[in-house]
Amino acid sequence: MKLSSSVFALLCLICEIVSIALFLRGFFPVPVKSSFSAKSKVNDFPAEPQTGSGPNSSKAPAPLFKRVVIVLIDALREDFVFGSDGRRFMPYTRHVVERGSSHSFIAKARPPTVTMPRIKALTTGSIPGFIDVVMNLNSPALLEDNLIWQAKSAGKRIIFYGDDTWVRLFPKHFMEHDGTTSFFVSDYTEVDNNVTRHLDGTLKRDDWDILILHYLGLDHIGHISGPHSSLIGPKLMEMDDIIKKIHSSLISKESEGTLPNLLVLCGDHGMSETGSHGGSSEPEINTPLVLISPAFKRKAGFEEPGVLEQVDLTPTLALGLGLPISKNSVGHLISAVFEELSLREQLRLLQINGHQLSRLLQDSSPTFHKEDGYEQFRMAEKSHGSWMKLYVDGNTSEVLSNMGKKVLKQYLEALKAMSSALSKQLGKYDMYSMIMGMIFILQVLFLLLLAMPEALSREAVVDVPLASSLLSLPFYLLCLFGSALHVLICTSAGGPCYLCSLPWVLVFIVILMSSAFTCALASMAARRMSTGNKTPTKSSNWTLSELDALLLVGMVGHTLSLGSSSFIEEEHQTWYFLLNTLCLAVFQDVCRKYFREQRHRGEEEDEGPLLPSSAKEGPSFSPAAELGMSPGSEKWLALATPLLTLTCCRLLRSLNQTGVQWAHLPDFGHWLNSGDHKAFLSLLAVVSLVLIFLLVQRHCSLVSKIALALGLLGVYSYRAAVGNVLFPWQHSSRAVSKGTVEARFVYVFVLGILFTGVKDLLRSQVMSSAVDSGRLKSRGLWEVYSGVVLLVALLFRAHNLPTLACCLLIQTIMAQFIWKKLHYDAAQTTIMHYWFGQAFFFFQGNSNNIGTVDISVGFVGLESYVEAPAIFLTALSTYAGPLLWACHLLCFLSSQRDRAVMGLGHGSYCFALLRSIPAVFYVVLVTSLRYHLFIWSVFSPKLLYEAMHTLITTAVCLFFTFMDQERSARP
Amino acid sequence: MAFVLEGVRLYKLQLGTLLYWFFHLTSIMWDVEIRGMASAHAIIASSIFMATVMPAVFVENFSVYGTHMVWLYCVAGSVAVVNIAVFWLLGISPPTKKHTVSYKINRLFRSCLYFILSCLFFHTVVVLYGAPLLESALETFSLAVLLSTLTTLRCLCILGPNVQAWIRVFSRDGAMSVWDTSLQITTGCSVIGAWLGAFPIPLDWDRPWQVWPISCTLGATTGFLTGLLAAPVWIHWHRKQLTYKLK
Repeated sequence: MKLSSSVFALLCLICEIVSIALFLRGFFPVPVKSSFSAKSKVNDFPAEPQTGSGPNSSKAPAPLFKRVVIVLIDALREDFVFGSDGRRFMPYTRHVVERGSSHSFIAKARPPTVTMPRIKALTTGSIPGFIDVVMNLNSPALLEDNLIWQAKSAGKRIIFYGDDTWVRLFPKHFMEHDGTTSFFVSDYTEVDNNVTRHLDGTLKRDDWDILILHYLGLDHIGHISGPHSSLIGPKLMEMDDIIKKIHSSLISKESEGTLPNLLVLCGDHGMSETGSHGGSSEPEINTPLVLISPAFKRKAGFEEPGVLEQVDLTPTLALGLGLPISKNSVGHLISAVFEELSLREQLRLLQINGHQLSRLLQDSSPTFHKEDGYEQFRMAEKSHGSWMKLYVDGNTSEVLSNMGKKVLKQYLEALKAMSSALSKQLGKYDMYSMIMGMIFILQVLFLLLLAMPEALSREAVVDVPLASSLLSLPFYLLCLFGSALHVLICTSAGGPCYLCSLPWVLVFIVILMSSAFTCALASMAARRMSTGNKTPTKSSNWTLSELDALLLVGMVGHTLSLGSSSFIEEEHQTWYFLLNTLCLAVFQDVCRKYFREQRHRGEEEDEGPLLPSSAKEGPSFSPAAELGMSPGSEKWLALATPLLTLTCCRLLRSLNQTGVQWAHLPDFGHWLNSGDHKAFLSLLAVVSLVLIFLLVQRHCSLVSKIALALGLLGVYSYRAAVGNVLFPWQHSSRAVSKGTVEARFVYVFVLGILFTGVKDLLRSQVMSSAVDSGRLKSRGLWEVYSGVVLLVALLFRAHNLPTLACCLLIQTIMAQFIWKKLHYDAAQTTIMHYWFGQAFFFFQGNSNNIGTVDISVGFVGLESYVEAPAIFLTALSTYAGPLLWACHLLCFLSSQRDRAVMGLGHGSYCFALLRSIPAVFYVVLVTSLRYHLFIWSVFSPKLLYEAMHTLITTAVCLFFTFMDQERSARP
Repeated sequence: MAFVLEGVRLYKLQLGTLLYWFFHLTSIMWDVEIRGMASAHAIIASSIFMATVMPAVFVENFSVYGTHMVWLYCVAGSVAVVNIAVFWLLGISPPTKKHTVSYKINRLFRSCLYFILSCLFFHTVVVLYGAPLLESALETFSLAVLLSTLTTLRCLCILGPNVQAWIRVFSRDGAMSVWDTSLQITTGCSVIGAWLGAFPIPLDWDRPWQVWPISCTLGATTGFLTGLLAAPVWIHWHRKQLTYKLK
């Protein structure tokens, strides 16, 4: 089967996307969920054994506490309370912990230690998987069964003050709420005062049952200056005063005859030594949990706090308030809280918890009856029954209490075992799907590599021996073997397996394709061997220039660097470094061309064919002549180009500080956004927009030029409406709006320009004259490109507009003076474009951390959150850098038709190969590092980025293929 | 099977050649020029070694990491002095046509100017590579001084302040003598060493040598030493191919 290079690359990329999707499905554990939006009901409670089947037997247990106050302090590290800092800055809390009637624990938070998943964990009791974070970046309402919903439907009145994530997660759940946004990290007093100002009034009132306070200030201080800053002390003292105030108010309200109150002090996650959070280091996951209530025994002195899981709080609070435990909760009761109750009540509560866990276990694992915890629970329930029998009979002997204690122990062990079995399911990989995905993607990569000489040949046609391999015997044998293996694995595998749950037809297609690929690979390899033997000298006379060596070393080096977690965190450094070196190498090439050739011209004519001098091309091809300049100034411009590029890169580098190690350093972007420098930011935005217009308009038709100008004006007025920049004639501060009208105004022009471009492209198809159609096609492409640029200009934040302007500037000058003049072939140009694209991905402030994705882009021009456009816009703005460079490559290669007719095919193939090599290497790497400590915090976000990047590349290759098809349709 | 035998035979052949050349190297077959160069290189390399060891006698608490700047300037200074001394004594630099004092002073002045310019050039390049602009500017400049000493100073010693000659040497197939080739090798090795030295910086190992610019200076010095060692060996190996055109 003969395919052109671009089609071949596209097909390979599509296969890769499929196999990466399969791999991801196996790699990311599916959250344990019985059924997504089903809620536990009161009548779901199991009947207490041996009490008959009367209505009383399965009634909810009586609540233990009248009121609960939950004080959640963001980023409260365990040592801020239990360590030396606690003794110094939180004296009252320490006193209560040591002497008061309280229980204190170290609650382990599961990574990702980010606020939203932690709130979900605390309220639902489940462990939000990593994929949850990605799926719910915009945190819409929580539909899962949770504590807040249960409390509300039981008629409890809830008041909430603090981080507005709660308000978004639980809309209409709170009787009263005041959300503060955590958007302005630099503010750490106002956010907390906004919470505290309600406190006095609320504590005096009696019309609430649950009060939740979420303080953000500490987290903000951590982000600004780390856990050892001087700001931490006063903040902790402020928190201590608040605890004191609440506690004394609760004590004063305490009266005989009513149930006691409960005060819960906890943190959602900790704080690393640099003050950030999200990862899985000890200081980040260890949070304090202090339960204070007159119901507890007084402490005699400081005891080492016990260690438990953060999710254990959920069932404890639920049963403490007499509510059903939410369905997906994997935690088990904190037994210390209930130790003052009678044995019968304690056993009853443990039974309820165990019943809920066993139900969840049944739903989430097909082999639940093999689990230890499940067996133990069955046993415990039985002995509970016999204990109840004795109890109901009125036996009050020592035997009864001893037996009861034994049952209690049994229950606790069973709960612990079930809880850990459920949590472990989150860490289980579906190895079969992962390995199949990996094999598939490796086959595709080898196919791409083996096809390299053909794909980069003059014809740019790849001959994939698919038909012949379909008729060969090994293919059928492999198919049979694969099917047999599949049946064997699926019947013997214990855990859940995605591939086994797929319909048979799909799996069979996968097996067919895999075997076909294997056969095709084998025959291609054989062919390559035979041709390689025949012409062994061909490879030796191909010499490697310095630039080629650098490109090769850079690609290999970058791919290998993915093996280290630090290099993934600081990947931008790798790219900036490589890009700088590339610019210097190009500079050397330019110098060689302009200085050396001059000396050699005339005296060494034999070098002529190797290095065609610029004189031969004639003045019509000279870009300098185009711009009305002499060849002398062209030389200097060409020499200045790499240096200018280097300077631009250096400036952009200080615009957005990314990564992990140096992310806290002040950067230019923060300085611009700090509010005092709004005028400067406005000026910079105007200059950038003008520069963007000047650089893009050159290739467009008049209509598009006008549309572009108006669109860029619209971009500025959108930024002004949102409040990022100033209108020069408007000094009074206007009310900040969402800028929907302005954004839609820009969208109209974007669509208009894209439409004109596509129309030109279509018209070029039907034109008879080849020259005219070529010109029209090139103009159409540039118009599409300028439409994309306009859209990106709208989506980029104001301080990032210089990035876009620099990107366009570098593209223009490099294309004019370097790529056209130095006769780099399509492959070299593609690699350089890819490098620039990667560097610009990081220049615009991205990193390999999910946290840097700018989600607010999804709301540009939309009144409310709409999923499809929001995802599209977010992806577009995140990958704007690589996308713009790929588009530029497409425009550049297709406008260079006089030199490289096969440029598009080569470019598309190189693009696919450049993307595949790191992606495949990374997939293999992640499989082997799946038990690495940083797998969830560093490696898996990068895996998602790689997958997304491959998807974007596939889209670009599709466009490449379209353009290439047009070329091949017209010989 | 035949294939394997072929391989074994080839391997034996290569081993034989290797041994042969090894004995050649150690025997009297050295060219005079190569021998001179090798001894010059040995002197320079030992000066670096001395610069690392000696200051411990005079400076308290001297260590390569702890008092890195002292070490750096010791190495730079000793390399500079030894280079100038060796090349002046050996008389490698092209004979000057005029012997007037003013011409010599002019040459000296131009050399100094070039050296300072090269320091500034390296400083700029390092900043473009991402070194902080204001913070630790002294460290960055020290790295630039070291790199200039390892590269530009040797050029000045061997070629003199003659830009045309520099361009000739550093363009492809431009070497005209053994010294030119050695210059190419050592300069390339120093720069590549500094380049490679930047790689460990982002790693989160928290080692003392990861502090800016220690890894880069160490990389440059190691590269320079490698170049010094590799140049005579390489030239000896390729002396059949190296047929220098006469001026």
